[in-house]
Amino acid sequence: MLLLILKRIGLGLITLFIVSLITFVGVEVLPGDACTTYLEREAYGAALDACIKRLGLDVPAYERYLDWASNVVRGDFGYSLSGEMPINEVLGPRVKNSLVLASVSILIGIPLAIVLGIITALWRDKLPDIMISTITIFSMTIPEFISATLLILIVAIWLGWLPGIVIIPSDATFYELLSNIILPVVAISMIMTAHMARMVRSSVIQVMASDYVQMAILKGVPYWKMVFRHVLPNALLPAINVVALTIAWLLGGVVVTEVVFNYPGLGRLVIESISNRDLPVVQALAIILASIYVGINLIADLMTLMLNPRLKSLQIRK
Amino acid sequence: MSEIIESVKNLSIGFNSQQGKQISILRNVSTNIKKGETVGIVGESGSGKSTLALAMMGYIKQGLFPLKGECLFKSKDLLKMSSRQLEKIRGRKIAMIPQNAGQALTPNLKIGYQIDEALRLHTDLNKTERDKKISELLNKVRLPSPETMAFRYPHELSGGQQQRVAVAMALAGKPDLLLLDEPTTGLDVTTQAHVLELLRFIAKDTGTSMIYVSHDLGAIAQVSDRIVVMYAGEIVLEGPARKILKEPIHPYTYGLLKSIPKLSLAGLPASMPGTQPQPGSINEGCSFYDRCNLATDHCKKNSPDLEHIKELDTNVRCFNHKELINQNNNLQTSITKKSNNSEAIEVLKLKDVSISYAKQKFFDQLLNKISDQNPTVKDINIDIKKGETIALVGESGSGKSTILKSIAGLLKTKDGQIKFENDRILSSDLKMRNPNDLRAIQLIFQNPDESLNPNHTVEQILSQPLKLYFNLSGEELKKNIIDLLKKVRLGEFYMSRYPRQLSGGEKQRVAVARAFAAKPDIILCDEVTSALDVSVQAAVLNLLQQLKEDLGTTYVFVSHDLAVVRAISDRVAVLYQGRLCEIGPSQNVYKFPSHPYTEVLLGAVLEPDPDIKPKLVAEDIVEEKPPEKGCSFQGRCPRKIGDICNLELPPWQIDENGNAIRCHINIDELASLQQ
Repeated sequence: MLLLILKRIGLGLITLFIVSLITFVGVEVLPGDACTTYLEREAYGAALDACIKRLGLDVPAYERYLDWASNVVRGDFGYSLSGEMPINEVLGPRVKNSLVLASVSILIGIPLAIVLGIITALWRDKLPDIMISTITIFSMTIPEFISATLLILIVAIWLGWLPGIVIIPSDATFYELLSNIILPVVAISMIMTAHMARMVRSSVIQVMASDYVQMAILKGVPYWKMVFRHVLPNALLPAINVVALTIAWLLGGVVVTEVVFNYPGLGRLVIESISNRDLPVVQALAIILASIYVGINLIADLMTLMLNPRLKSLQIRK
Repeated sequence: MSEIIESVKNLSIGFNSQQGKQISILRNVSTNIKKGETVGIVGESGSGKSTLALAMMGYIKQGLFPLKGECLFKSKDLLKMSSRQLEKIRGRKIAMIPQNAGQALTPNLKIGYQIDEALRLHTDLNKTERDKKISELLNKVRLPSPETMAFRYPHELSGGQQQRVAVAMALAGKPDLLLLDEPTTGLDVTTQAHVLELLRFIAKDTGTSMIYVSHDLGAIAQVSDRIVVMYAGEIVLEGPARKILKEPIHPYTYGLLKSIPKLSLAGLPASMPGTQPQPGSINEGCSFYDRCNLATDHCKKNSPDLEHIKELDTNVRCFNHKELINQNNNLQTSITKKSNNSEAIEVLKLKDVSISYAKQKFFDQLLNKISDQNPTVKDINIDIKKGETIALVGESGSGKSTILKSIAGLLKTKDGQIKFENDRILSSDLKMRNPNDLRAIQLIFQNPDESLNPNHTVEQILSQPLKLYFNLSGEELKKNIIDLLKKVRLGEFYMSRYPRQLSGGEKQRVAVARAFAAKPDIILCDEVTSALDVSVQAAVLNLLQQLKEDLGTTYVFVSHDLAVVRAISDRVAVLYQGRLCEIGPSQNVYKFPSHPYTEVLLGAVLEPDPDIKPKLVAEDIVEEKPPEKGCSFQGRCPRKIGDICNLELPPWQIDENGNAIRCHINIDELASLQQ
């Protein structure tokens, strides 16, 4: 069991190493370097020299990679050109903001998705299922940038209930933060929830048709007891991995939504640093996003392993 | 004794077709279950037997609904009860033992919890009493170490053990009526015999009534007091077990009994023509009219009622049943088969073949070798003669299919050689074999549903080998396909059909035709009749035999069913844990002296005759791995003589009939022991 966990973690680290190589090489093969890209027309003379010096571009590529990689491992991402300060300082508040946004979306989205999925499966082809399924399919098909824009139009502009653009002072209280992020959270969790609800629905329907559920009914187990003891644990297990994928996929949604709502998170930083040609920040963000992706999938794998008695004892026997 | 527990009255169950027509699956079924009685419900797939059994618990599958009639349990109609009321009856008054316990036990819950759940729902016992009861129940169904068993998950148990857990769970609520839906189908022969023995014991011990649903007349014969025979949703024959099995007065039951291969008969069973009609396709007349050899014009127009025959205490649905009364001495006959291996040229030789499923270690992978001291299949030496049918027999895990796969080149051998025609060594790697060798060895699989591409028509399926091996096209290709279909007794119009438009038997015929399309020398048959109904099985066996006699093909026939093997094969090799135990001409393998394992297998076969009881001589433990040294059967052998069996590989002993037995006991001594 422990060996397996270590193996999975090892694989995750290898993935990250490859991602770091690709981003580094990607930046290398671009014409010019971080300084010429950033300075554009001013890339000559003293300004260029100073920049090259500051970023250490005067040493060979492999040395720079090793240097950069070892710094990243130690948690130091280097120096932002546009912010003119260490990247860590740029990242700090952004990471916090995005984390708040994503975790609120997840905390609301996952339970909601599970409940909706179960309701639609248990009342399959009846009114609750037809209504909820129509809504979920509808919200699955609308991309975030449209739903976000529509939300701003309806709730913020027409109704005027909530602010359309998020402006958070750095000392905002949690409550202030919360009222500000309602719209972005709704926009992000709509697609995610819809996807997961569909997944949970089909999984529950599949388990409801299984021999062991029929057996439980014929054993005289009351309906709700059967649903909670015999159906749900088996139906939600395969959903874990899909949930992880959806969360990872949510990262993309965060980028778009943050831009639409002008939310100062990691997603907007991606767009900003790309348009500012701030290559060191782009590199750092690539690594961070990849780590989140790998991390979430790792957690999902381990959870499936822990919860599935079949896999658990398989490992013990080995 | 004569108190009626459950009574089904004029029950019809059906569904609405897409055209909005009401189609019935069960038609006007009436029967009574008495206290302490075991009733066997028998019929082929699609006869409505499971639907009837589930309705007796007030359970109707989704999509179906009752059209008329009632199911009275202690004079209350189960079909009119609320789910609240049913919960009080299910598991407490009527309990179910499902077909496939492996799938019917909830995978995430421990055995103990699942039994405890039934106890909590249906008894007033407190926690400590329930815990005691759980070990009592596990003990009663003869599971080893009941204390630790409760803490295990369903998947950690073998098939037989899972079935026993299901029995324990059903007994937890002390039901008055037990419903068994094919409880032994899918289990190994020895396990099946043990589970049946347990059920018989429980029926006697607790006085519970039982309804035993099965397609297997052999199993039904062992447990039932009374038998109900179903055909196309109707009861066609009903009466005391002995009368039904010995003097079947309905032509369907008669044909069914004749189509079962029997251990005592060397020949092939007679097959019944045709297939069971689809629900909704019968408009008038007797539902068995198309397949009946007693049918008259009267039967075509009028449907017979269930008629009570007083002297036999039997109900029968047939106008002409009197004609059958005198025919019953014909039941014990079979079609003799020609054997054509007089030339005795060896076409295929397996020499010291070992096969391992062990995962290659990194360095072995580089060196392309497998290091496994105790491979799944070991030291197989079989010479197969041209034109013979050699059968590989054994229970699951005996390595029989593994050997077949490596002959076909689908699995690499670890050691040894497979020699084909004039001692030419066949590569164990499929990609290294030349096309002609690939053509010469064909495979027919167990389940035609999975071996035929659902998106190809029969024409496309059959044209593939013809194009590949003979480069046929156009008119010639078509002519060959029609010829092939004719060979397997299918009409030309089948060419445009898809597999889903064929019945199980027809699909397997197409699979047979596809194998023969390559004009092979050897056909490997992997449990080819296991997924088929008995009447269809008999037809496929006859077809295979006919083709062999016409074309001189050699069969390697893998099966777990000793009676089927007896019917088709010339020679039999018995395998246990991937090691050969006995090999010889089939009439001798089925006669004593036998290897103790063959003896155990033969003893466990269930015959459709209430007078032949299975003999249970060995425990049905499941061994996960073959022993590292000594005899492969040491762990379960009822005739084990001592340490020598654990330490030394037994020698081959050959008797005067050419039967080779691998045992430490002297062959003459074995013969006298087994008398």
